[in-house]
Amino acid sequence: MVGKNHMRLEFLSKSQNESFARVVVASFAAQLDPTIEELADVKTAVSEAVTNAIIHGYEDRVANIIIECTITEDEIEIIVEDKGKGIDDIELAKEPLYTSRPELERSGMGFTVMETFMDKVDIESQKDVGTRVMMVKRFESCQK
Amino acid sequence: MLTKFEIINNDLIVKLDGELDHHTAKTVREEIDREIDENNTKNIIFDLEGVHFMDSSGIGVVMGRYKKVQRLGGETGVINLSSRVEKIFKMSGLFNIVKKFENKKEALERL
Repeated sequence: MVGKNHMRLEFLSKSQNESFARVVVASFAAQLDPTIEELADVKTAVSEAVTNAIIHGYEDRVANIIIECTITEDEIEIIVEDKGKGIDDIELAKEPLYTSRPELERSGMGFTVMETFMDKVDIESQKDVGTRVMMVKRFESCQK
Repeated sequence: MLTKFEIINNDLIVKLDGELDHHTAKTVREEIDREIDENNTKNIIFDLEGVHFMDSSGIGVVMGRYKKVQRLGGETGVINLSSRVEKIFKMSGLFNIVKKFENKKEALERL
């Protein structure tokens, strides 16, 4: 049993930090002894959330992205936060294949990937204040 | 991300090595498009054996290249998908437009 643990990470919204962010979160999650598949789920979801913050939240402007992770028992809660422009219509943004920036050749699958790979995804967003994506992953490998 | 190209009878084989995310997608996309344009490419085959991470940015890259070759009557194939990458392909419906083959030989014969 790992007990409760927490970490906070702040970094610039540069695209080279996408791999940095997902590797850091995966390393933190590793203490729960997840399977390789579960860890890959977490990495992919974090990558989507961070990419959204860079492209949509800050629209390629360089500012700070904050990730907070909390481990409780057999699950990890991951919050990815930006202080960018916010999402106009969250329900629309969550629809598969929808993208607000088709010129960038985005697939519009970001939220679908997050919702498929994580057990819970919640989005809070306010125009010109920012966006918080909260995700929870429960590791089956811990439930013994 | 390392991108290698091979051209066999106007078919372009793109071998990707590394992590395909939003950061690497831009360069990969530009490199592939240049090859397509310069070589009068008909079909495109993605060899994804070396891709050990891919998120939805990768879906965008494959969809974009599919549209590009499709305009000139070409098709898109994929080979050597890890179970992980295959999961992302399935989720996004990419297999509706992109054909999966066992190996390069089969892809070249059947496209």
